[in-house]
Amino acid sequence: MIKELDARGLSCPQPVLQTKNMLDEMTEGMLTVIVDNIIARENVKRFAESNGCSVKVEEKTGEYLLTIIKDEVPEVNNNIKEGVGQVILISTDVLGKGDRKLGETLMEAFIYTLVDAKPSPQKIILLNEGVKLATYGSPVLEALEILQNKGVGILSCGTCINFYQLKDKLKIGTITNMVEVVESLSNADKVICL
Amino acid sequence: MTQDPNLIVGFEKADDAGVYKITDELALIQTVDFFTPIVDDPYIFGQIAAANALSDVYAMGGKPLTAMNVVCFPIKTLDIGVLKAILRGGLDKLIEAETTLVGGHSVENNEIKYGLSVTGIIHPEKVLTNMTAHIGDYLILTKPLGTGIINTAIKGGMAGEETITRVSNTMVTLNKDASIAMQEVGVSACTDITGFGLLGHLSEMVRGNGIGMIVYAGKVPYFPEAKEFAGMGMVPGGTYRNKDFFSQWIRFDSTVPQYLQDILFDPQTSGGLLISVPRGKADGLLTQLRGKNVNEAVIIGEVVAEPKEKIIIT
Repeated sequence: MIKELDARGLSCPQPVLQTKNMLDEMTEGMLTVIVDNIIARENVKRFAESNGCSVKVEEKTGEYLLTIIKDEVPEVNNNIKEGVGQVILISTDVLGKGDRKLGETLMEAFIYTLVDAKPSPQKIILLNEGVKLATYGSPVLEALEILQNKGVGILSCGTCINFYQLKDKLKIGTITNMVEVVESLSNADKVICL
Repeated sequence: MTQDPNLIVGFEKADDAGVYKITDELALIQTVDFFTPIVDDPYIFGQIAAANALSDVYAMGGKPLTAMNVVCFPIKTLDIGVLKAILRGGLDKLIEAETTLVGGHSVENNEIKYGLSVTGIIHPEKVLTNMTAHIGDYLILTKPLGTGIINTAIKGGMAGEETITRVSNTMVTLNKDASIAMQEVGVSACTDITGFGLLGHLSEMVRGNGIGMIVYAGKVPYFPEAKEFAGMGMVPGGTYRNKDFFSQWIRFDSTVPQYLQDILFDPQTSGGLLISVPRGKADGLLTQLRGKNVNEAVIIGEVVAEPKEKIIIT
């Protein structure tokens, strides 16, 4: 499916932000963006390329048409097919029911312990208030970063991020959707729910 | 245009401020700068605008004496408290700079704009311009680069609180201590890094001046977030315009990555001083700067005889 974005008449960084929003909603496919100045052309091109998309630029009478192709992220795809590994589903920012402070401490301890656990989980999926763990101010960002560097996928539910208005605050990992969540859970060897 | 013999520095040389001789011992430095908000916090914006306006006087080696507010504000649609916070931010910086606010002017406008006109004093023979760098000098930069790119990301809601705080802290920092340090040591030339970006201002120093410069790409300090945001396309229009215009004086080594080229051309708000200092005095100047807590100052390059009127980034 080809999506279109008319970003003419917008000043920086609006064309980039709108491109980002459109690409975030797509898992794969083609997006064409029209801009009317070189600054927007360069910035949108850079943004798309930095997100692993391929970009083709055409000029038409002072306007630029950028064709952006987004492929599904291959590693995630392979993992799902192979169906190996462990997926941790976290739908809260505190661990267990009871005192909130205690819950926070336990969650922090859990994630930090996970860093050294063997084997590492394949993915950590964050749902509902769980997405707060991957956003600015979270006490476990550092641990999540180590996990991510080890190849663990950190996936935050896009609907939840939007609901809690945390879109600008997401610090780590990628945004996911329910299709990917369901697929990940059904293909996993083992699912741990918190 | 009539040329007044008492005009020591006019606008034809793209210098930081105008300098006008009153007596053999006293010259006036005059400058004005104002712009739209770059951060959401009005008090911090006021401080940044004042630090930025005062900077031109510091870059010339002068002492700011008085200032006047320049204000545009949508008084019918926005709370007066916002304006008060902006002005308080400006005033607090003037107090820190030991500069007296003597008045100002405001205009009703749909968009907030704030800045100041600043008047300073200097001995006519001690004026530091951007045209007197000597071959063999080292170039010292006193603040990290990347505020233009990061301000674009802030405008787009992409920058986190920590980043905003860190960059704001740098932008509200006066160039006062750096200026005092360089006057104590004695330096060849100085400018402050603002709208033209580092390479634009360096170009102004070599153009028509029979000298060249080498910039050590790996030594130039910049905010790490600027690298990230440049890659994401948060590059302001000014960066591209600087690149278009000043590239004729610039030669990049093929190893200099794209993001660093952007950062080197990035227009700065309340940027640091770029000081050209005789080689033998460079260590002394760095020690003085550190002693005054200008801790991010580093040597980023040198002035060379050849190639003339070119800046090589290697």
